[in-house]
Amino acid sequence: MVWFFLALFAPASASSAANIPSGMVVVGGGEYSPLFKDPTLPSGVMVESYYIDKLLVSNDDFTAFTTANPEWSKQNVKSLFADTQYLHHFPNITVSEVAERSPTWLSQPVTNVSWFAARAYCKALDKRLPALDEWEYAARASRTEVDASHNAEHLSRILSWYSALTSSALPGVSETPTNVWGIQGMHGVVWEMVNDFNSVLITGESRGDTQLERELFCGAGAASSSNPSDYAAFMRYALRSSYEASYTLGSLGFRCAKNIVELQSIE
Amino acid sequence: MDKHIKTLFEVGQSILITCCAIPFVASTALAVDDLPVIESQLTTAPLVPPSITRTAPAKVVVNLDTVELQGSLADGVDYTFWTFGGTVPGSFIRVREGDEIEFHLNNHPSSKMPHNIDLHAVTGPGGGATSSFTAPGHSSQFSFEALNPGLFVYHCATAPVGMHIANGMYGLILVEPEEGLPPVDREYYIMQSEFYTAGAYGEEGLQPFDMQKALLEHADYVVFNGSVGSTIGDNALTANVGETVRLYIGNGGPNLLSSFHVIGEIFDKVYVEGGDLINTNVQSTLIPAGGSAIVEFKVEVPGTFILVDHSIFRAFNKGALAMLEVSGPADDTIYSGKEDDSIYLPEGGAIQSIAGETAPVAATAKNMDERIQLGQRLYDQNCSACHQPSGIGIAGAFPPLAGSDYLLSDSKRAIKVLLEGLSGEIAVNGDSYNSVMPAVNLTDEQVANVLTYVLNTWNNNGGEILPADVQTARSGH
Repeated sequence: MVWFFLALFAPASASSAANIPSGMVVVGGGEYSPLFKDPTLPSGVMVESYYIDKLLVSNDDFTAFTTANPEWSKQNVKSLFADTQYLHHFPNITVSEVAERSPTWLSQPVTNVSWFAARAYCKALDKRLPALDEWEYAARASRTEVDASHNAEHLSRILSWYSALTSSALPGVSETPTNVWGIQGMHGVVWEMVNDFNSVLITGESRGDTQLERELFCGAGAASSSNPSDYAAFMRYALRSSYEASYTLGSLGFRCAKNIVELQSIE
Repeated sequence: MDKHIKTLFEVGQSILITCCAIPFVASTALAVDDLPVIESQLTTAPLVPPSITRTAPAKVVVNLDTVELQGSLADGVDYTFWTFGGTVPGSFIRVREGDEIEFHLNNHPSSKMPHNIDLHAVTGPGGGATSSFTAPGHSSQFSFEALNPGLFVYHCATAPVGMHIANGMYGLILVEPEEGLPPVDREYYIMQSEFYTAGAYGEEGLQPFDMQKALLEHADYVVFNGSVGSTIGDNALTANVGETVRLYIGNGGPNLLSSFHVIGEIFDKVYVEGGDLINTNVQSTLIPAGGSAIVEFKVEVPGTFILVDHSIFRAFNKGALAMLEVSGPADDTIYSGKEDDSIYLPEGGAIQSIAGETAPVAATAKNMDERIQLGQRLYDQNCSACHQPSGIGIAGAFPPLAGSDYLLSDSKRAIKVLLEGLSGEIAVNGDSYNSVMPAVNLTDEQVANVLTYVLNTWNNNGGEILPADVQTARSGH
């Protein structure tokens, strides 16, 4: 006999019958309107329920990954998969030495990682990067609402981080605010990588297709968007379309996701 | 590298010497690869790069960085600016009609945002924006030919474009016509723009961008060259009597049009909207958001000439004010003819709300020193436009406060003037003044502070005004 464990449409605070993987929370699926989408498609997009990491991946987490997978270390990474700034903030000393000198560094979110490296990290844990729609769907949440994307105060709070300078001292991943799904630090810490980061504006190589890129310039950016007052979302889409899979940025981190539908056989 | 460029440049000069004898359109006759290569010289406002003496096109390499940084928007008010070249407005770029420009846009690694550049001088999709979209820590290159001469705005066009412009991402690029611009004695770069902050005008501390105010086009600050007071006092523009001054004026917006005016001068020449059309004898010229103008005037008499957006509340209450100091011998005949600047104050004696929609929460002075300190800021914001930072006023229009018998002989009257305004003829130090001062909408504390500052500055004879004195004066009428 075969059982399908489907997620409940409920925030993470509610208990779920499924075995939630350690360190992850459930985002209950639903419909949402992406900021940009193909005008020939219906305005709403259905997002299935999924698991997502409660916390951003930290320097500590990523150090463990590169130790177990040395081909992803700063020294060994292939230039096809990461630019020259890959992990440039990683010191050339052991983890225990780092812990001694700067305990906060280990708990800070990892940045300066490429999309290839982030994808490999998640895969090594039997996870994946969240899809753009999944991430944006969950990112609408405030502390109390599943969808605060039309809450001006919430948007303005997010925007204030986007307008601030890049901080050299990022907070520890567990010291960041929690949203209604139980996800911490979705806003106000770092930009976050998604799997299909260039799917909305461009197909394939992101520098080549100027036809679609133009949609984000000047007024044209607003013409096809579902919520022209969501400046923060515009910025996320703009940032995503500015980088390529091998780029690393000092303010770009990530967390992993996982499909919720699991096949389990019971005698 | 420098040597290489120089060599090419020398080659280019010899080419142009040969080719100049034969009249033809140089821009199409020379292949881009054969053009002399020149590293563009960029300047920070109010400075302008020297005029171009070349008579043939060149390949001009422009390197411009996008940098996000915190800076001063007004005294005590900080803002997180997004900039081209580390300044607001961005660096001034000067090229010649027919030049091939190789543009490098470098987005600083510390940037949080991707940026691009839309130069209105570019003929092509996005004005360069489609080819210069650059992630933090990366660099983009594209090339364009300067087909049309004129003074053009450039700006960042990354979504949301309004916010990138509102945070300071604009500047000017001048494409000189092939025949060049007529020589003048002084050239300056001035760019107007407005800022939308969470706090009202003058509210201290780091002020974040206010999206709602930007949508409503309710600017808190309208400034020249990126901050209140950027171009006054020691930083004022300068010229000598008899010189011709050319101003390259841009309006970065993002929303407002500028009614650009220089108080006490008439523009001999205006290159309307920065193009070929020349108008003469102009008092105020309209500059659209994302547009420009070139104005020229000969300065005939010495004194302080005030550059304003003649949408005058912006000049008085939001910072749209700069100064040109002209020195040299006076010419009484000309000066008296231009003395009447009273249209500068069209609002009459009505109450003028200085602080915007809501008054900033004023700090409370604990002693006289603090009172003077707080008063100075209020003076700079509310009084110095007319009475001047040095308190000497402007002869014939605005009476002096420094050593003023009218002020110092009666401090109760001084309080009344601030509370109720003053109009009609008065005598100050033997000179007659007949203009209008609006009542200022300040709190008792603020009136006390600013007056105490005035009484204790410029060798005035001291004394302290307390908020209680102001309250007494207020209730006494």
